Amino acid sequence: MTTLVPFDKALAAYDPAMGLEVHVELNTNSKMFCGCPTEFGAEPNTQVCPTCLGLPGALPVVNHKAVESAIRIGLALNCEIAEWCRFARKNYFYPDMPKNFQTSQYDEPIAFEGYMDVEVEGETFRVEIERAHMEEDTGKSLHVGGATGRIHGADYSLVDYNRAGIPLIEIVTKPIIGAGEKAPLVAKAYVAQLRDLIVALGVSDARMDQGSIRADVNLSLAPKGSDKLGTRSETKNVNSLRSVERAVRFEVSRHAGILNEGGKVVQETRHFHEDTGETTSGREKSDAEDYRYFPEPDLVPVAPSREWVEELRGTLPENPTAKKTRLQVEYGFTDLEMRDVWAAGALPLIEATVGEGVAPQSARKWWVAELLRRANDAGVELAEVGVTPAQVAAVQKLVDAKTINDKLARQVFDGLIADEGTPEEIIEKRGLALVSDDGPLIAAIDDALAAQPDLVEKIKGGNMGAIGAIMGAVMKATRGQADAGRARELILEKLGLS
Amino acid sequence: MTDLLKKSAAELAELLAEGSVTSVALTQACLDRISEVDTGDNGVHAFLHVDAEGAIAAAAASDARRAKGELLSPLDGVPIAVKDVLTTIGQPTTCGSKILEGWVPPYDATVVARLKAAGLPILGKTNMDEFAMGSSTEHSAYGPTRNPWALDRIPGGSGGGSAAAVAAFEAPLAIGTDTGGSIRQPGAVTGTVGVKPTYGAISRYGLVAMANSLDQVGPVTRTVLDSALLQELIGGHDPLDSTSISEPIPSVVDAARLGASGDLTGVKVGVIQELTTGEGWQPGVMARFDESLELLRDAGAEIVEVSCPSFEHALAAYYLIMPCEASSNLAKFDAMRYGLRVTPDGDPSAEEVMRASRDAGFGDEVKRRIILGTYALSSGYYDAYYGQAQKVRTLIQRDFAAAFEQADVLVSPTAPTTAWKLGEKLDDPLAMYKGDLATIPSNLAGVPGISVPAGLADEDGLPVGFQVLAPAKADDRVYRVGAALETLLEKKWGGPLLDKAPVLEGVAR
Repeated sequence: MTTLVPFDKALAAYDPAMGLEVHVELNTNSKMFCGCPTEFGAEPNTQVCPTCLGLPGALPVVNHKAVESAIRIGLALNCEIAEWCRFARKNYFYPDMPKNFQTSQYDEPIAFEGYMDVEVEGETFRVEIERAHMEEDTGKSLHVGGATGRIHGADYSLVDYNRAGIPLIEIVTKPIIGAGEKAPLVAKAYVAQLRDLIVALGVSDARMDQGSIRADVNLSLAPKGSDKLGTRSETKNVNSLRSVERAVRFEVSRHAGILNEGGKVVQETRHFHEDTGETTSGREKSDAEDYRYFPEPDLVPVAPSREWVEELRGTLPENPTAKKTRLQVEYGFTDLEMRDVWAAGALPLIEATVGEGVAPQSARKWWVAELLRRANDAGVELAEVGVTPAQVAAVQKLVDAKTINDKLARQVFDGLIADEGTPEEIIEKRGLALVSDDGPLIAAIDDALAAQPDLVEKIKGGNMGAIGAIMGAVMKATRGQADAGRARELILEKLGLS
Repeated sequence: MTDLLKKSAAELAELLAEGSVTSVALTQACLDRISEVDTGDNGVHAFLHVDAEGAIAAAAASDARRAKGELLSPLDGVPIAVKDVLTTIGQPTTCGSKILEGWVPPYDATVVARLKAAGLPILGKTNMDEFAMGSSTEHSAYGPTRNPWALDRIPGGSGGGSAAAVAAFEAPLAIGTDTGGSIRQPGAVTGTVGVKPTYGAISRYGLVAMANSLDQVGPVTRTVLDSALLQELIGGHDPLDSTSISEPIPSVVDAARLGASGDLTGVKVGVIQELTTGEGWQPGVMARFDESLELLRDAGAEIVEVSCPSFEHALAAYYLIMPCEASSNLAKFDAMRYGLRVTPDGDPSAEEVMRASRDAGFGDEVKRRIILGTYALSSGYYDAYYGQAQKVRTLIQRDFAAAFEQADVLVSPTAPTTAWKLGEKLDDPLAMYKGDLATIPSNLAGVPGISVPAGLADEDGLPVGFQVLAPAKADDRVYRVGAALETLLEKKWGGPLLDKAPVLEGVAR
């Protein structure tokens, strides 16, 4: 086992180069080459037909909507759109691949030569896009028995072909060099921004946790100052933004360890483990792995007309950088606030929350101050914290209506994350509603005043600061659920001061 | 054998219309003939599966429709045989391979669905070389089909089953598929008519692919008009096949009727020099070809010589493109989802099960082509093999384009020889491959072709085929010239060529 070199030390000696391959599962109603539905989570092998099962004789037909989505993604990534391109067969045997070839694109991708500017700690990096191409997903294998859940050592395997044939767009970057110690953050920011772009385009559910966006992280190190790229490892299916960052960090440390010991990095695929933050060896990539690509003879070339491409360009959402500047002005966020919002990946969430009628600063407060902490504690992305913008808006409305206060709202979020129901149901179940009924309030006030006659005298003597102490006792008695404003009114009334 | 069985499909349709025969009686007559000549050690063995029950039920339904005057098509009630490479609900589809033994598809090929929708009872599935790989039907895992003209000879291939079924009067009509000549060459050696339409004119959905860019479904019949009637029934755009042609092609039935007048005034016929000169052409084949050419001239056609210099590379290009596509197509037969599964002893991995199943399930010719194709597509060889072959394909298309500037149709013998003896070329794949010399160029270019019986070779008394080729989407031209030649020859012979074939009664006993 190689000794890991601490990240900082590794970067003192080596320059990292990264390549990111992101698979985006499109949200088309039907699959890439047949009419089967694409719903997530259906009973195994219920969304299949002769074509996506690869039955003898069945033929593919290209999903026009998927081509449209591919072109829109390409345009949003500032790519050229091919005037003419073909599908190709990628041949290899695996039980979850019905035809034992994947219909993909090889040297004629639908989109190529683009870029995306990503912002990390106030600095902009241009990530160059080599290509975005169309392909079909494979089925899913479930290996039963054995210790690892992998095919090796399993008692038997089950295959679900519902996912087979779902349209994918694979977006491949050119080597990202020069990011230095920011490499893990650049990788994370690229995937995050790409996800936001995909969301804005509306072409995918963009759920990393459900695998509708999957990232492969390729990494290599070269001695500082060298202009040659080192041997790369390919870490597959990294399924959260945080994992993208961690995978890069880990691989930097691992590669540096191997190189420091005079070893050679093996070109191989690796698996990332969420629990340990480490990668382990998958299969070695050798020259023997030869996909024998050739043009798919069952499909005619895709030749999008320039008119269509321009029409689709007109449907693109606002450029993310321009949008960020616009929203900062609209929302009145300071530069510092905006940087935090951006770093937390909160802007789309805040935008959606504001869209539900919440004031921008309130939305920012909940997402960046409150929910980000919980996301960090849970080790998940903010978007995956378990609370939706609509729920944040519902909570804020309850605060505005004085049903709850900010402090109680935090408990409502606890309930939402624990999936206890709607905010109203949680308030009901947890007994969180503010006490603004005069009855229980007056009882608590009477008790508090009776318990502390000296304070009553002080207040009557004009020391209004002493009201705070009475309020404290009232709050304690009502377990924090007293409507503070109404309690104050009642105290003053009781003492004949109103 | 009843005279009924000798009728053409067009004639049978008339008899059905007159009410002088029912579809049930006709279908039963075919089934009886199959029992009589197809089974047993010396039988023709054109069929791999006979669906007597299904065919009779479909025939009864046709008769019921006719009684109500609600016909589905001009051929409603005329039975047909289907090559076992097209998927059929309720009937096994083996492609002549052990690897698919017992597999019953859950869906119909578009062609099969159209036959059913047109009311044709399907008699069964016909024998073929395994996955359509061969020119003799000897590569069927279920034993060879015999040529009805001489039971010790091959019926051509890969569609020897369909051609023999029609030649032996077991069925008036059959469906074949043609990747490099698998409809036309069996047609030539069995004295029947076979058409490979323009690529894309008939849906390939449900056709188990050998080489997707070359495969084409087509009619196998005893007359040119029957082929035309059948092509019109099964042809036309299919949204399930991306390579199917969306625009209509001129009526081939009209063209066949026009041709039957025997007048070819103004038609320019180009004789392909590369396919009529040089070595390897049997004298009797060339003699019948030259006579046919004279008849066309007499009918008013202008005969010109054309040259297609790239044709000499056609066979080499074909034997790269076809195995490349086939090696990928056949990858799906891995024992994971359907078909034969061989589980080696011990605790085998999925990969070991795949390997054992493929080893046991595929025959030698299939393995040969998978290995060839896998090799040719491998990294570092792609450009030299697949890439070069595609360039040759382009050159061949250009040769055709230039030739069709000079002539309306191009002609050659369909195959260089008559039917050879069973087993004669089994150990010499190259000799076998050369049988497709004249048919392969049209597959590489996607153009239509027909093979029409041209008589019997003097040296062996076996049938010879005359091939007519036309530009893509001009299928009507091959039908017109084919029908004209048929009329002229039958006039000369005093009847159809098949009248001279052995009667075959009792061979199955």
